[in-house]
Amino acid sequence: MSFLSKDRTIAPPGYSRRLIPPAALCVHLCIGQAYAFSVFNLPLSKLIGITQSAPDDWKLTDIGWIFSLGIFFLGASAALLGRWVEEGGPRRAMFTAALCWSGGFVISAIGVYIHNIWVIYFGYGIVGGFGLGIGYISPVSTLIKWFPDRPGMATGMAIIGFGGGAFIASPLSVWLMSNFSTAKHVGVAETFIALGVIYGCFMMVGATIVRSPPPGWKPEGWTAPVQSQKLITTQNVFVYDALKTPQFWLIWWVLCLNVTAGIGVLGQASAMSQEMFPGKVTAVAAAGFVGLMSLFNMGGRFFWASMSDLMGRKNTYFVFFVLGTILYATVPYTGSIGSVVLFVCAYAIIFSMYGGGFATVPAYLRDMFGTRYVGAIHGMLLTAWSMAGIFGPVLVNYIREYNIEHGVAKAQAYNATMYVMAVLLVMGFICNYLVKAVDKRHYMTQDRADALGAAE
Amino acid sequence: MASDAQSGGNTLKLWLAWGFVGIPLTWGVLQTLINALKLFQ
Repeated sequence: MSFLSKDRTIAPPGYSRRLIPPAALCVHLCIGQAYAFSVFNLPLSKLIGITQSAPDDWKLTDIGWIFSLGIFFLGASAALLGRWVEEGGPRRAMFTAALCWSGGFVISAIGVYIHNIWVIYFGYGIVGGFGLGIGYISPVSTLIKWFPDRPGMATGMAIIGFGGGAFIASPLSVWLMSNFSTAKHVGVAETFIALGVIYGCFMMVGATIVRSPPPGWKPEGWTAPVQSQKLITTQNVFVYDALKTPQFWLIWWVLCLNVTAGIGVLGQASAMSQEMFPGKVTAVAAAGFVGLMSLFNMGGRFFWASMSDLMGRKNTYFVFFVLGTILYATVPYTGSIGSVVLFVCAYAIIFSMYGGGFATVPAYLRDMFGTRYVGAIHGMLLTAWSMAGIFGPVLVNYIREYNIEHGVAKAQAYNATMYVMAVLLVMGFICNYLVKAVDKRHYMTQDRADALGAAE
Repeated sequence: MASDAQSGGNTLKLWLAWGFVGIPLTWGVLQTLINALKLFQ
């Protein structure tokens, strides 16, 4: 398939690098649907009963596994296939991601049609999960190569799409289901087919637009630094050698702790706002609160990643950890004085930094390990996200349950959680503090670079 | 002239590409913003 070959994706003269962010967004806006999967939870639990769950209908706990499997395979496939993505070029990866993601929806539609949840686990969870992982990392190194002068901003622009994808998917899915539903069925299978086709086409546009820069290309008027700066290398570290460095694992913990703190609260944001401010925050207002937090999560991805180009990656994470610790420690106080405004402001900043953590990390890796294998290294780092996805919600839920069982009022049940989150961020601060430049012995030698280049 | 044509073509491609992703994203953000306003009602 020459259309997909790496050589065919080399940009012709006159190609504008400003076409790369929309190409990346074509993929990330589609796979960002994963954050909106919960809109299918209730309809999937009423496929037989239609208006209410019948005894043979799936339980919400069974349905919850679909999303969990998807996120697990996102991390697993990004870690396993990072090098394949890096070496095959962005188009092959985006094309494969499109096939997996849209194929996952089509398989899931069959699962809905024959009412077999294992088919959906396989379709959305495994096949779709591979689409998520490959799609997530596919544009990262291409963006960094096109924007060596502003790598944070460039990757932030793509990763903003993963946050924004849910904004499109949620109302679109509801609208599609309302159109496909009849008195006899809820329209989920048809919606899955429609989403599969729409996402497949959308991602193919991204795969068609995307181009790699020609060898030796650099932005006009920009001079690449000849020597490595303190925390920005001009060398490259081979993907598997990066795993042998303390820097990789320190950044792994930096991401894991930052995400654990955010993701745990994200899932409970609606219930938390209502329980901390009984009578003041209604269910409708709480839904608005969740929406507002999602906007800050998305905006933070662009804002903080762009800021990291000016402040440096390490300093940006210092801001996340210091400010985050203060804000988490402040949240119980906002509850005690009954200030919804302060509560919302604190969480708005917290969620902007949660998104910012995701968007800044590719550029952090590029600074540490160079450009050549940054996509593959980023893929392996995403296992930190999978881990945080398990730890965060479990931590928040169990601490809350424990407090309520021990007689703590619901309004104060989250206080201990907030202090635990603040401690996690202090640990993240320490990990970030310990990040130093990679030892020179890990850099790729010219001979090895040539040998790997020939193999690719 | 060739350079002008190339520049014009690039501008059109940029508008199309950014519009292709920007319009649905803006629509989604607006929908979310409308929902978020319920917090202040």
